[in-house]
This record gives sequence, structure tokens and C-alpha cells, in this order.
Amino acid sequence: MPQGSRENILHRVRTALGRSAGQPPSEAPPVRLRIPEVDMEARIASLRMRIEALAGATHRVATAEDARALVAGIVAGRPTVASNSPYLAECGIASLPGVRTGIRETDDMRTAAAAAEVGITSADYALADTGTLVMISSPAEARLVSLLPILHVAVVPRERILTGLDELFTLLPKPADQTSSMVLITGPSRTADIEQILVRGVHGPGQITVIIVG
Amino acid sequence: MGKRVSLFVTCMVDQLFPKVGMAMAGVLERLGYEIDFPEDQTCCGQPAFNSGYREEARAAARHFLKVFEACEQIVAPSGSCTSMVTHHFAELFHKEPETLARVHALEKRVWEFSSFLTEVAGVEDVGARFEEVVTFHDGCHALRELGIRSAPRRLLAKVRGLELREMVPAEECCGFGGTFSVKFAELSGAMARTKIEAIVKTGANTVVSLDPSCLMQIQGALSRAGSGIRTMHLAEVLASR
Amino acid sequence: MSGEFDQKIHQTLEDANLQLAIYTATGRLKERRIEVVASEALPDYQELRTQANALKKHAIENLDYYLEEFERNVTAHGGKVVYCKDATEVSDFVLSLAREKGSRLIVKSKSMTTEEVDLNERLEHHGLESVETDLGEYILQLAHEKPYHIVAPALHKTRYDVADIFEKNLHVPRETVVEKQTAIARAVLRQKFLEADIGISGANFLVADSGAVVIIENEGNARLTTTAPKIHIAVAGIEKVIPRAQDVATFLKLLARSATGQLLSVYASFLSGPRRPGEVDGPEEFYVVLVDNGRTKLLPDKAKRQSLYCIRCGACLNTCPVYRKIGGHSFPWVYSGPIGAIITPQFMGVSHEPGLPFASSLCGACGEVCPVKIDIPKVLLDLRSDVKKTETREKQNRLEKLAFKAFAWVVTHPRIYEFLGRVASSMAPSGNGGWIRSVPPPMNLAPVRAWLSQRDLPPPPSKSFREMWRRR
Repeated sequence: MPQGSRENILHRVRTALGRSAGQPPSEAPPVRLRIPEVDMEARIASLRMRIEALAGATHRVATAEDARALVAGIVAGRPTVASNSPYLAECGIASLPGVRTGIRETDDMRTAAAAAEVGITSADYALADTGTLVMISSPAEARLVSLLPILHVAVVPRERILTGLDELFTLLPKPADQTSSMVLITGPSRTADIEQILVRGVHGPGQITVIIVG
Repeated sequence: MGKRVSLFVTCMVDQLFPKVGMAMAGVLERLGYEIDFPEDQTCCGQPAFNSGYREEARAAARHFLKVFEACEQIVAPSGSCTSMVTHHFAELFHKEPETLARVHALEKRVWEFSSFLTEVAGVEDVGARFEEVVTFHDGCHALRELGIRSAPRRLLAKVRGLELREMVPAEECCGFGGTFSVKFAELSGAMARTKIEAIVKTGANTVVSLDPSCLMQIQGALSRAGSGIRTMHLAEVLASR
Repeated sequence: MSGEFDQKIHQTLEDANLQLAIYTATGRLKERRIEVVASEALPDYQELRTQANALKKHAIENLDYYLEEFERNVTAHGGKVVYCKDATEVSDFVLSLAREKGSRLIVKSKSMTTEEVDLNERLEHHGLESVETDLGEYILQLAHEKPYHIVAPALHKTRYDVADIFEKNLHVPRETVVEKQTAIARAVLRQKFLEADIGISGANFLVADSGAVVIIENEGNARLTTTAPKIHIAVAGIEKVIPRAQDVATFLKLLARSATGQLLSVYASFLSGPRRPGEVDGPEEFYVVLVDNGRTKLLPDKAKRQSLYCIRCGACLNTCPVYRKIGGHSFPWVYSGPIGAIITPQFMGVSHEPGLPFASSLCGACGEVCPVKIDIPKVLLDLRSDVKKTETREKQNRLEKLAFKAFAWVVTHPRIYEFLGRVASSMAPSGNGGWIRSVPPPMNLAPVRAWLSQRDLPPPPSKSFREMWRRR
């Protein structure tokens, strides 16, 4: 396989900048992260408002049992795949009839997620000020569950709701240390590539439902 | 009072729109300024600078420095020419520290007309009366390089009988752009016609601006379209009684 | 100015439907941006711009350091970094990898860098199928066209154009409802995603301290491209590197707002290396192709290197009164609008299209909206000077040079200036009280004719200002 032009390019860069190999960088601008103080009720209100503004649905339930009942109603017999999130198991969602879960093999996951109409996940965090779900890929959360089915349902305990991006990056200064993939999801998949007409569900889920527990 | 101000009328006003210069002088005199017109003035050099001819622009800039260096305050009826002096002369002399120091000493004393009135003279009401419906076009260099947005509007608000109707968008370029207007004439003309559509929508009968070059472009296109809407420099409006 | 550039501008201006499409689409994007960056909506917008500019400046000034740090961290996460100096090296790398793995089908998500190096054409030439999956890019690939706009590639296509393109290429019944057209593309491309051997993406940011590639999108096609196939190759310009993952927060707040007026794009993926042990899905192999392709030529000039700060939001296109008239395909290369006008001459050389830096009224709207504060008008002015230096050296455009030499002489000799003014004024037609529509010889020089092709000229005043002043 061609090895490319590593030395050539680095040499050109250094020559142009007047730097030498191994020279430490100049001082970087300080990191700019500002975390506002927002109480939990206001966060929940903001999260719901933002998601709904993007045509997503939100529900707030008091208990895990309520979440399970709600999800059972949403699934309503449709082919469904659920992630391996311990939280979904805790809520009893993983054991709902007709919900496929516990998938550990890539090929099984592709087949199951491609065939499913509903994909159920939890989320590692949610960001209140933008209506965003933070999905960290792990044995518990596969990437395809929130991507291939046309409906994505996320069940999120309220304590995972952060104020916004700055709090997320304060908690996770280097997401790559723990995962090969962190995805921020803000609303359903969309396009406006034809005549600027908004169409949802162009490649990913066209509908997103977020259930806040607690 | 001993308030003294020197006029840089710009080559365009000198050669094509002298009434604008006279109106500006009239307003300043009414405010009690003693007016000085350095006779050796010509052009700020912007046409050469914007066309990529730095050496030729430098020659013009050097001449400007020589002519105006001794003046206390300098006022110009153009945001674009003012900005050439205050924002671009320095670029021309970055390799000549002594000239650069002279430029920096001068650039603080060069003012676009409307901001001179509001910031130096400290007036908004110059006692003008102009009973027309007008719309205001923001010249790009006044707006974006000099940050002048409110000064002309505050001055117009105090003109008796005048109704200001903002066009949407007021801040979009008229398409003049110096030699751009002839190098890309068709494109420049298309931009002017878009500007005119915005002007016509306001129902105003007069377009006011701070820059004679924008006004030449807009009036030129209005005239070609057979429109009765006229253009006026702010100084001409403020000189009306 | 080349005939081709002028010709394309003329054709676009003549096409009334296209004029309306460009003006409406850019106008909408422009208005949306204004709403979400307003101080009520984002009080620290200007501070974020300042921070973004400082970060980009810092990253570019220490580019070799951050590239090496990025490379170390990608490698530590099990990925591989390949440096390519030009288009040939990029396609050679992809081709040899495809051969080694026996790959045939490639899915691609949007990447301006791969447009730069004509990657699809090169891969197809060697018998690989390479499918664009962003809806707009897919439409253009079927139509064999280049993107019209950095973020809205098919901005110039109507639903009827799309109906024709789909009918002809996909052999489906003619469909003009946009939702249904989108569903057709979803079905066709979903199959491609599931069958593809390799996914090629671009990258919005390369995070040095994490070895991560950040990809921002709305459709989900980039997520599919980087998740479904066994191999993920990210192709990115070397200037995309930023120091820390925490810096991404600053850019995320600016990018979607500036591009489409969204608070965040739908998907922001941070990808680092192939899937880790225990992870259920994701690629088995992860490559980052770092592309020079002319970028290092921009580094020596301290002022012009800021052109490399661009995060490809397209805000300068939407606000530019020139782009809004001449559209994307008038520009001589893949990058259009104000940013295209400053990077194209630097990548391709100023002689490639010497007219390009001059196709601007220097209104400054681009610099005002740039989220990373690139002083585009300043760079345009510098490039104009470069063009004239080259022309002078190569003895081109000598008449214009002579004219400006004469200009410099006249404006430094006030008596001559006054005399010539009087002569010109006496020779010009009077206009009979109105503005002038035509000028007879010898005053009808080319610039005068050009002006008069569109607008009238002011009648000469009876006296210049200085004459009036003396006589008052």
C-alpha cells in the first residue's frame, strides 16, 4: 500500500512556518467552556421544547414501570431492536415481547436493525439547550440501533440531562479515550437538498421519541 | 470659536458632484466651523489600491499625507474614501516605519461627514427641513469598515418634515465597487437593479447615502430604468432648509 | 479575465429561473443565520468568533505539531494515517486498499476535499463503483455535475430536474413530490450502504489530542458511511486539525448556525479508530487520509494563510451579493463564493483565473459573517496585488498598467489633475439636464462603454468643486 508523502508534507509545513521538527507549539488559547446554572426542571423543559421544535416527540414519566408501559404502547407489535443498555433492562424494556435485544455480533446487529421499524436506546447524556442526545458507542449501545430504524426511541433518566455542550465537554474532555464513536443527535434525520423543502428521515430515523424518566 | 475643519472633498465630488461638497461646507459653516480647502488635494488612491496597483496607490497616498498632514481635523463626504485613509493607508506603508507613523498620526483626524457631525461636532439636529419620503442606503465601507450605522439615521431623524423608510435590505451592496462596475459591468448592473427593487418597494422618492459613488451607481440605474426617484447625498439633505 | 469566466457569469445572469432559485435559497439561509446569531439568541456570538479565530490561527501556526499529535493518537486507537500530497496519491491509496481487500462498492458522504481531487471519477475509471450518499450530492453525481454550493450542493436543481434525473438514471416512474423523491433515494442508497465494502467520508475537524475525526451532517448518510462498511476512510485537508476535543464545542456552536441557522446539525460524530473490543458495530479498519493538494502553498504568507481557517459553512456565499447573482458554477473550481475567490487562486495559482479576485465589489459582507473571522476582503486585495505583480512581470495587460501609472502621475500633480478635469468635462456631452445615455468618440473609451451598457452617467457639472470654492 502506498505510504504517501508524510515527510515531504511535514517538511513543507515546517519550512513555511519557520518551525523545526519536534519543536513544541506556542501557547494555545485557553479552553472556553462556560457552564450555566440551570435547575433540573428548567433543563427538562428546555430539552423537551427543543426536541419538539425539531418535530421530535417527548414524554416525561415518573417511574421505570411507566416508561416500560409507554414503550410497549409505542412498539405495538412492530419489529423492534433494543440496545444492550443496562438501563433499558432495568426498566424492563428489553424484555418486552417482540423486542430483540442482547445482540453482540455485528452481522446480527445489521440484519436486526435493518429489519426493525423501531430502535430503542438509552442515551449517555442529553443536552438541554439544544435538544441533543449523546450516544457513546459501547457494548451497551450499538451505533446502528439509533440509525437504521425509521423510529428512534430513547429512554433517558433525568439525572443524565446536562445544560449543554460546554458541560458535556467538561465531563468528557476526551471522548475518544472511552469510545471509538460518540454521536450527538439533535432531532430526526433531515434534508433540504431539493428546493430547500424540509424532508425528515432521509437516511436515518424520520421520527425520534425521547422519554425522560423521573 | 476658532473651530477649524479641512475638507477632503474626494475626486469624485470635485469633478462630478461639486454640489455635495458645497452642501457639506454649508452645513459645517452653519455649525460655526471655519472651513479650509487644501487646494492641492486630488484622490486618496483607492482606485489603484482596489485594482491591485499598490505602487501607484502609494504615490497617491503619499500625496494625500503631504497635503493634509498639517490639518487639525479632516472631513470627507465619503465613507469609502475615508476608510481608504483610515483603514488601508497603513497597509501600503507597512515596510516604511516613518511614513507609517505619519499615517497613524493622521488617520485619527480623518472623518466621514455624518460621524464627524455626531461624534466631533456633537450634533444631531442641524436645523434642516426636507419634506420628502426618503430611504437610506448604507455604503459598504462606511457600514462595515467604519462601523457607521446609526449616525446618518440619527441625523435624518432630526430633519423636519422628513420621513425615513428603511429598505430591506439597506445594507446590501449597490454593486458599484470601483473598477468592478466596469470590469464586471453586467454583474454590477444586475446588483444595482436588485438594489433598486428594494428602493422602489419603500415608496420613497429620494435615496440618501453617504457615498457619491453608491449614489452614482444607483442614480445611473434609476435613470436608465426611467424612474423618477432621485438620489441625494446626506449633506445635501442636511443643507436643505 | 478569461472569456469562459465572463461567459458563465453572463449565462447565469440571463437565466431568470436560476436567478430566482439562487436568490431565494441563499436569502432563506441568510435570514436563518441572522436569527440564530442575533444577540438575544446567542449573546456570546462575537466572543465565540474570536475564540474560533484564535484556535484556528494557533492550529495553523503550529500545524506540523498538531498533525503529528493527531497521527500518534489515531495510531494509538488502532487507526492509520496516510499523508497524500495530491489527487493521484489519494486515489492511488484508495485503489490499492480496495484491491488488497477485494472491494468493489464504495459509499461516500459529502466531502469537498474529495471533490477537489476528483476522487469519484478516478475510482470509477478503475472499475470501482463509488456512490455519493448525501441527497444533493447523489443527484449531482447522477447528473454528472459539480456542487453548486458548499452546503447546499444541488441548490440550482428544481424538483422537476430531480424527477428527470431519477427517471433517466434509476429507471423509476417520474416522481415530482419531494418527499417521495427523497424516499426513492433512501431506498436505493440504503441498499448501497448495506452492501458497500468501504465508506469514504470527509471531516469537519481533526482533533489532535484525541486522534478523532469529527463529522457534522443532517441526513445520517455520514453516520451510515462510517458505520456500515467494514472499512472507513476519512479524507481531510491538513488544515482541519484543531488542538483539543474541548475546542469542538466552540466550533459546533458556530458551524450549524452559520450554515443553515440550526443550533446544531442533526448529527455530530466523533470517530476515533476502528471499533473497540466489545463494541457491537462500527468499522474494522479506520484510515485518515491527510491531503495537502496545494495547502502548504498557502502557509508562508502570514496574512493569506488565514484562508485555511475556513470551516466550510457557506455563510459567505449566502450573504455575498455577487454569489447571489452568479451562482456556484461560474466559479472556476469546486469552491465558490467569496471563500472560493480567495482559495482558488492560492491553490491553482493566480494566473489560473486572474479575473477571480476582481469579481467582487469588496462590500465586506463575507468577512462580517465569517464564523472564524477570515478577513476575506483583505485577502482579495492582496490577491489583486499578486495578479498585477504577475501581469507586470509577464508584460501582460500593459495598457491598464500604463493607465494606472498615468493616474498616479496625475493625482500627484494637482495642476495637471485640474487641467485634465476641465478638458474631460468640456468634451463630455451635456445631457441636457438629465443623465447621459450615450457618449460619442473620443470619450467613449471601453470603461465608459461598459458603464453605459448598464447605467446612465452623470452630466458634467459646469464647474468643479475647487472652481466653485474659489469663486464663492
